[in-house]
Amino acid sequence: MKDATPGARRLWTRRMCSFIIVSGLLLLWPLQKSIDAERGPERELTDVLYLPSGTILRRLSLGYEGLLADIYWTRVVQYFGRRRMANVTRFDMLGPLLRITTDLDPQLLVAYRFGSIFLAEKPPGGAGRPEEASALLRRGIVANPDYWRLWEDLGFIYYWDLKDYPEAARIFRAGSQRPGAVIWMEVLAAMVAAKGGEVQTSRFLWSEIARQAETDSIRKSAEEHLMALDAQEQLQRLNEGLDRYRRQAGHPAHSFQELVAAGWLKAVPKDPSGVPYTLTPDGRAALAPESKVDFRLLQ
Amino acid sequence: MGSVRRVATIARHTFKESVRERVLYNLIVFALLLIAAAILFGTISVGIEEIILVNLVLSSISVFGLLMAIFIGIGLVSKEIERRTIYNILSKPVTRAEFIVGKYFGLLLTLLVNTLIMTSGFYLALLYEKRRLEAADLVPLGAICFILLQFALVVAVAIFFSCISTPILSAVFTFCLYVIGNLLGDIRWFGQESQSRALEMLTSTLYYLLPNFGDFNFIARAAHGESVPSYLLVSNTCYAALYVTVLISAAVLIFEEREFR
Amino acid sequence: MLAVETIHLTKDYQVGFWRKRPRRAVDDLNLAVELGEVFGLLGPNGAGKTTTLKMLFRLVFPSAGSARILGKDIGDIPVHAYVGYLPENPYFYDHLSPEEFLNYAADLFGLSADERRRRVGRLLEQVGLQEARDVPLRKFSKGMVQRLGIAQALINDPQVVFLDEPMSGLDPLGRHEAGDLILRLKAEGKTVFFSTHILSDAEALCDRVAILNRGRLQGCGELNKILSLGISLTELTLEDPSPELLRELLPLTCSTVKTGARVRLEIPSATDISRVLEVVLRGQGKIVSLNPVKMSLEDYFMKKVAAPVEGSGEKGIVSSGG
Repeated sequence: MKDATPGARRLWTRRMCSFIIVSGLLLLWPLQKSIDAERGPERELTDVLYLPSGTILRRLSLGYEGLLADIYWTRVVQYFGRRRMANVTRFDMLGPLLRITTDLDPQLLVAYRFGSIFLAEKPPGGAGRPEEASALLRRGIVANPDYWRLWEDLGFIYYWDLKDYPEAARIFRAGSQRPGAVIWMEVLAAMVAAKGGEVQTSRFLWSEIARQAETDSIRKSAEEHLMALDAQEQLQRLNEGLDRYRRQAGHPAHSFQELVAAGWLKAVPKDPSGVPYTLTPDGRAALAPESKVDFRLLQ
Repeated sequence: MGSVRRVATIARHTFKESVRERVLYNLIVFALLLIAAAILFGTISVGIEEIILVNLVLSSISVFGLLMAIFIGIGLVSKEIERRTIYNILSKPVTRAEFIVGKYFGLLLTLLVNTLIMTSGFYLALLYEKRRLEAADLVPLGAICFILLQFALVVAVAIFFSCISTPILSAVFTFCLYVIGNLLGDIRWFGQESQSRALEMLTSTLYYLLPNFGDFNFIARAAHGESVPSYLLVSNTCYAALYVTVLISAAVLIFEEREFR
Repeated sequence: MLAVETIHLTKDYQVGFWRKRPRRAVDDLNLAVELGEVFGLLGPNGAGKTTTLKMLFRLVFPSAGSARILGKDIGDIPVHAYVGYLPENPYFYDHLSPEEFLNYAADLFGLSADERRRRVGRLLEQVGLQEARDVPLRKFSKGMVQRLGIAQALINDPQVVFLDEPMSGLDPLGRHEAGDLILRLKAEGKTVFFSTHILSDAEALCDRVAILNRGRLQGCGELNKILSLGISLTELTLEDPSPELLRELLPLTCSTVKTGARVRLEIPSATDISRVLEVVLRGQGKIVSLNPVKMSLEDYFMKKVAAPVEGSGEKGIVSSGG
């Protein structure tokens, strides 16, 4: 409504309020920044973690466990992602976070799968706690007995991290009997039993994981492992070839161009990440320093 | 100054009005619940019950106060308009700004007293629990300060909405803003993780623009015996004071234009 | 200095949900209220009386024009310290007692504790609420609430008192007391501005009146001047007159009303009363009463209100000067 008699006082009030609002909102920005700096980047994390166990939290959540589980799950991803970006190598809270998440929502399957990869994985890729990962998965299997992929994940831990091939085979076989399990689980069981540490077996498992991955981080990790496996194989063949060349030429190859010129190679070989291999002074092929392949994943 | 005196009068009156309404019953109920909880949890294994007690108590103070802040806050202005009692006030030498500010401080005072009583109840329960109080037991007071700052902010939000919409909508908006304000960290993170630059800028703007209630969450850390760092106390108080000033100014600005048919 | 002055005061309301059309509640109102007088703003319901009062207190804002109270523009809130206001159908806080409410009002005016105590006590007595001073307002009847309303309008010993329908809700005794109060205020030198649709109250109390209809000022002037104007008649009441007498009187009278055995005749002023009396006495009519009749405020009011709404700015039969 138009006001014909606003009066000086009222105009002053209007101006004063507008000024306060605008300058106040602008001032909030640096103030908030300073608060963020003081609280540290993991403040939301520490807020939610500080309860001894998931079961108590579950009781206190009064019906909202699903929501809380989702929040905790978000924290897991944030926690892990931030640490990886900061190149931190310890992930002490990952286990407890995953425990609480799955206590709150035992059907949150992605949490188990995430845990199976990153809890078990050795640093710097993960927390390096395969036993914890296996315990997590076993609880997941108890809560979700028909979800055969958990068996797959569990078997994978025994295979890859614990290098316990007979147990891995046994688990794969048990998993293959769950309803809906794909046919190759049985095949896998047999493969593992027969040719435990073979590269093909490993590559098969990792490509399966990459294919089924439910989060980007899992898929990326699987692809990195595949690259490492491939690179390892390639290097092995390269070095066999380099040995033959040395015996034939009488001296170690000085560069890959030499081999290309001599017709032994079509082109300078590149590793799975697209970076060319280098030649060490004593004539062996190796990863270039700038390569994205990480052999620590294969330990 | 006459202005201050009038604001104080309105604040006192608002406080009296709140006290005579439902507030008192909440306190009694809460105090009883608290003591019951203390006794109950005392039977669980050693070491855990204090963490849970502190967590429970602080969360209860926060929740009760929040509900009170919202439900009394939304009616503060609209009830006076609806019941036409506002004619009596504005026909006196009381400016609309004085009215709003007075109402604000009145409700804040109510919450302050409320919190004081609940905190006393808490320490009484703790005394019953532990037979003796140590210096470390004063740690939760820091978290309670932050809870009070949160109240100050929520009341300002409630009053602001009370000036622009009906009581029911005000309650909804205030509550939603409170929830969003607590999740601003996540919202910003979500924007950062997304591939869209526009989304990132949007969430970042919201982060700085909307009231960041997450700043004041110290309950979990207090339960673990962590005391509030003084620099955080200062910056949070400044933040709350600043945002409250902004909200009250906005409420005054809107209220100045309001006509009463 | 005038107590209250409005200059081309206008209020348009936007009505309608989708397409807002303006409805003019007050149209180009020009009033001037002198200090120390009792001024009545009259008009039927919906005439714009309450809207005018609300504008004076800036509860609603004028769409055009301006107004002044005690020489200060109405935007000047501090002038409220010298003014009292009783809203129409007042409502107070349920949970307070009248004493507490008056204390609250007194605090808002910044009165000292002693002054407050004195005035609150005195006012409660004046409006007859001293026995109910501690009773919560939710238990009050409409009449009691109205009395409290009057009391709170006077708490600051104002120079100008604005009362919107002050008699509403009061029983006859209450109305009488309220009337006395208004006259007492005038005796103390205060200005009283009240709006009402009850003409008898205005007639009894006001020095000047203004008549508002559909937002426009239809007439304004000193009461006694209004009432002395207009057609005066003489009223003659006869007991059981014979038909022949009535026939004879017919050309001399302008109206004849028969009620039971009595007949009331109105004789226009142009007619010579002595001639009429001659006819009556010759016809052996029994005279019950013979009275001159002045135009009542009601007549003036009906004339102004029932007539088609006239142009704005008209001052009526009598100018408001003097």
